[in-house]
Amino acid sequence: MESVAHSIGLSAVMTWTLLKVLIVFGSVMGVSSLWTWVERRGSAMLQDRIGPNRALLFGRWQLLGLPQLVADGLKFFFKEDQVPPHVTKRLYWIAPMLAFVPALIGFAVIPFGRSFSYQGALYHLSILEPGNGMGMLYPLAIGAVAVYGILVAAWSSNNKWAILGGMRASAQMVSYEISMGLAVLAIFMKVGGYDPGEIITEQAGVLWKVLPNWFIFRQPLGFLVFFVCMFAETNRLPFDFAEGESEIVAGFHTEFGSMKFALLALAEYAHMTTASALIATVYFGGWSVPFMPEAPVLLTILFFLIKLLFFMWVFVWVRWTLPRFRYDQLMFLGWKVLLPISMVNLIGNAWWMTRGGH
Amino acid sequence: MRGYAPILLLLLICIATPPLVWGLARLLRPKAPNANKYMVYECGITPVTQAREKFSVRYYLVAVMFLIFDVETVFLMPWAIQIKELALFGLVEMLFFLFLLLFGYGYIWAKGALTWE
Repeated sequence: MESVAHSIGLSAVMTWTLLKVLIVFGSVMGVSSLWTWVERRGSAMLQDRIGPNRALLFGRWQLLGLPQLVADGLKFFFKEDQVPPHVTKRLYWIAPMLAFVPALIGFAVIPFGRSFSYQGALYHLSILEPGNGMGMLYPLAIGAVAVYGILVAAWSSNNKWAILGGMRASAQMVSYEISMGLAVLAIFMKVGGYDPGEIITEQAGVLWKVLPNWFIFRQPLGFLVFFVCMFAETNRLPFDFAEGESEIVAGFHTEFGSMKFALLALAEYAHMTTASALIATVYFGGWSVPFMPEAPVLLTILFFLIKLLFFMWVFVWVRWTLPRFRYDQLMFLGWKVLLPISMVNLIGNAWWMTRGGH
Repeated sequence: MRGYAPILLLLLICIATPPLVWGLARLLRPKAPNANKYMVYECGITPVTQAREKFSVRYYLVAVMFLIFDVETVFLMPWAIQIKELALFGLVEMLFFLFLLLFGYGYIWAKGALTWE
């Protein structure tokens, strides 16, 4: 590390931070774009279709349709990028960035592996060092900013479909945010802090001698609420009222094309990646390996990846299995079902804690 | 790199990416505008009114209710991480607050503000 840092003229700490930032940025972007392929192949698998198989690498190798990713990417570059006269220009350009940036930077506090020491120095595998004070509040706050991307995109398009989609999505996201916050609050209560590192340490060990000590087994009710809210927050089916192909064409990005659309689509998948990482960290022990308290660092990274990718697959799985909700059903579920459940979960946990439980 | 500087670095990279890809696409893409392409998309029908019109008041109601409950969540956070120290006293104090809030929740429920038709 020292020699590499010296050769590029930066201090060791800065090199390490830069490396982590690039790794996280690259992985989130890579996984997000890969998932546009997984989504199509997965949907084809679940619905007994073939899926993308026509794009061939050098006109020869099919590779399970993977070249489709390259083909799509190239096509986005070669598409005409029109800015119609009826849009609000400045907001129209800013909207894809407003959607893209929060989706990616939410990942910054999530640890993706066990901290390790090398040649006397301690290295943490998360962009922000643990003990930074904001902890899990940060991804929740950044997730709340994501609603602006959709709302600004919808408003700037000056299109009826777009405004319908944007209004629906913003109302939906703010409705589910409350239950999500209350569900995570019960976790903070158990842990006694916001730090994701502490949340993971709290989940180490064994529950009832057979299960890993994950929060999903200790707070199943909270997990249910959080899990459902994550689908609503990322605008994924069964709650994709922002897009709703069968009702409002393409919703908030009806007027977007070319690279601007690519960024909006990528933002959705990046948001999904962050949401999966949150679920894995808060309820499934993050990088911790079940029944192996002293797991090697590489194994912890591998386990984090497995959990992350599993939950991203669940997003796809649910999308192609469940039908879409009706809007009044969505509001009913958010305000009249999930909010009372998360309240009961919170008060029940608080009572249990004050009685000396843990 | 102590404190929040790494987030700033990530933020800068994220902000720089869209202009980069837009700039690259600008070199590659064609530009052939015409009046039909520039029309507002409404499934081919010529739009008759502006899109930015009066909107259902329920959405504003949701926004107001969100503010109330979200501020409440934020208010609960410091209490939640101190629950072990505050113990039963803290819980009872918080239940007074929650009672007021849940009373309001019951009220808006009874008023039908949470019902969409």
